Amino acid sequence: MNLLIDIVIPIVKILIIAHMLIIGVMVMIWSERRVSGWIQDRLGPNRVGPQGLLQPIADGIKFLFKEDLIPNHVDKPLYVLAPAMLLVPAMITVAVVPFGSSIQLFGETIILQIADINIGVLYILAITSLGVYGVVIGAWASNNKYSLLGGLRSSAQMISYELTLGLSIIGVLMLSESLSLRQIAITQGEGVWNCFIHLPAFLAFTTAMYAETNRLPFDLAEAEQELVAGYHTEYSSMKFAMFFMAEYMNMIVGSAVTVTLFLGGWHFFGLENMGGPLWSGLISFAIFFVKTAIFLFVFIWVRWTLPRFRYDQLMNFGWKFLLPVALTSIVVTGTLWIIADGSLLWIGIGNVIAAFIVISIVAGIFMVDNSKKTTVDNTVEVSLPGLDAIE
Amino acid sequence: MLSIEYYLILSALLFTIGVIGVLIRRNAIIIFMCIELMLNAANLAFVAISRSLGQVEGQLFVFFVMAVAAAEVAIGLAIIVSVFKHRETINVDEINSLKG
Amino acid sequence: MTAEHIFFFIFGGVSLIGAISVISFRHPIYSALALIVTFFAQAGLFVLLGAHFVAAVQVIVYAGAIMVLFLFVIMLLNLGTLSLKGALSGKLKGVAILLGILLAIEGIYIAVTTLNNPNTAVASSEVAADTSYSIEEIGELLFKDYLLPFEVTSLILLAALIGVIVLVKRGNQQEN
Repeated sequence: MNLLIDIVIPIVKILIIAHMLIIGVMVMIWSERRVSGWIQDRLGPNRVGPQGLLQPIADGIKFLFKEDLIPNHVDKPLYVLAPAMLLVPAMITVAVVPFGSSIQLFGETIILQIADINIGVLYILAITSLGVYGVVIGAWASNNKYSLLGGLRSSAQMISYELTLGLSIIGVLMLSESLSLRQIAITQGEGVWNCFIHLPAFLAFTTAMYAETNRLPFDLAEAEQELVAGYHTEYSSMKFAMFFMAEYMNMIVGSAVTVTLFLGGWHFFGLENMGGPLWSGLISFAIFFVKTAIFLFVFIWVRWTLPRFRYDQLMNFGWKFLLPVALTSIVVTGTLWIIADGSLLWIGIGNVIAAFIVISIVAGIFMVDNSKKTTVDNTVEVSLPGLDAIE
Repeated sequence: MLSIEYYLILSALLFTIGVIGVLIRRNAIIIFMCIELMLNAANLAFVAISRSLGQVEGQLFVFFVMAVAAAEVAIGLAIIVSVFKHRETINVDEINSLKG
Repeated sequence: MTAEHIFFFIFGGVSLIGAISVISFRHPIYSALALIVTFFAQAGLFVLLGAHFVAAVQVIVYAGAIMVLFLFVIMLLNLGTLSLKGALSGKLKGVAILLGILLAIEGIYIAVTTLNNPNTAVASSEVAADTSYSIEEIGELLFKDYLLPFEVTSLILLAALIGVIVLVKRGNQQEN
């Protein structure tokens, strides 16, 4: 019996989750195109299968059968390695995400999570920080100036926004008193969802996560109008598909992590406790699934609504707005935890007020700074890193 | 149980490789990487001895070392970039005059 | 041969191979990647030693931040072509490696003899079983007993920050 518990069940869990990720990617590709069509008042793909649902499979077949081209001027080992370096971190992050409470099967309690490790949050931060290597190495190995520019932009962007990503979680960790994602979700189920207590931190985290996934308001690494296709200009067929899949996988995992950290995980006001020991587990899983799906829809919505940042805007936004907001959230949460004697209401209100004050101060300084600049000359200097090195 | 000597010997070997790297390579960036390697070897020894003594202090020093390493890398790379802008080389043998 | 032995030799071997690759690859990008592999293997060793938190921080700080900076600078300066120019001649290289091997022997000798000497503090050469420190313990120690060093570290980081800004600013002004 022990063999079953220790080996078979984890393997089954891993298989289910890995396949759900891959199928999720396919569904995401389809829904991105359909939703973008809906937002732009057009149809989107609707020919292959009902409602175009089989379109991703057709795309996949196309990618598989295309010639696997390796250009002559690339650095071969790294060029081949790069897509995997992006895809693997995207896939293994999901190992610590709890996607439901627990179910009773064969007289055993099975937690709906691949591994409940006690440093789960740090694990996620560590693995996400590795995602940048795939982009940077792929860009460099392509030996193409547009790719290199994309890689440079991406590495600078990732370092800048990772800071916000890490710091905005600290407030959550302080109140949950744990680094285990399961424990954080349980704390939220017993109390209030973290997004209400840490609203500014939640927004900062979400924004930073959009930047980490290289999605549209932050997709400077692959800006079509400027860099052809950025870091994956030289990639085609299956290798390009791997970059493509990694992006969507990052989105799915990022949404799942956000749901766990800020949106109550698998909890929905007691609904997850309905039914017997088996059903409550399944219901909790369904709740988690729906929440993640809604968050993914927001992802797509944002992509087709907001225009891209300019490079200096991106850096200013990250360092001068998001980072102060995340830092304030830590200070305010810690201080009010002591002063207000752990009253969540006061922490929530204090966080919003403090973030508002900080943003106003930064924006004020910014406007004074900008008005000084514009009186001298009206042109905005945009410096692209690495441009002179390439020339 | 694994004896702590294994970890210390590994640490010594890693440190030595770092030293050799500093001695034989002339590229400033690779020299920097070798310094990181040496710091890491020290970290390994810290954690190993902390474990064998049953004290957490060793792990704390690792954090201090990491903070110092991060500061050092930031400054060092900034120096490399400005030297490169100035002289178009980062070969440490060619950067030998005090006044630019 | 326990599982710990096997994992130790895997991680230790990988970190040694990675370290040797760092100093022998021609191109800095490959060296940087080899160094990342070494850091990973060391994170694995930290896990073996029960220092889970250190392992996670190792990956976040070294692999996630410091090495990205390295890669950024290597790509920014486009260093590929001048990596081997002016390398040491064969004879000097031999001397350097010989000195290195001497140093290694010395280090190993000190490590082993200090451990086996009953008078020194590190008397127990067996790794204490099952001492995995929780984050709470580390945090408590860091923010109570070691608060001053901790704050001084923040000053070091601040000084580094200012130093970098000054360095880069001055370079830009000279250009203009």
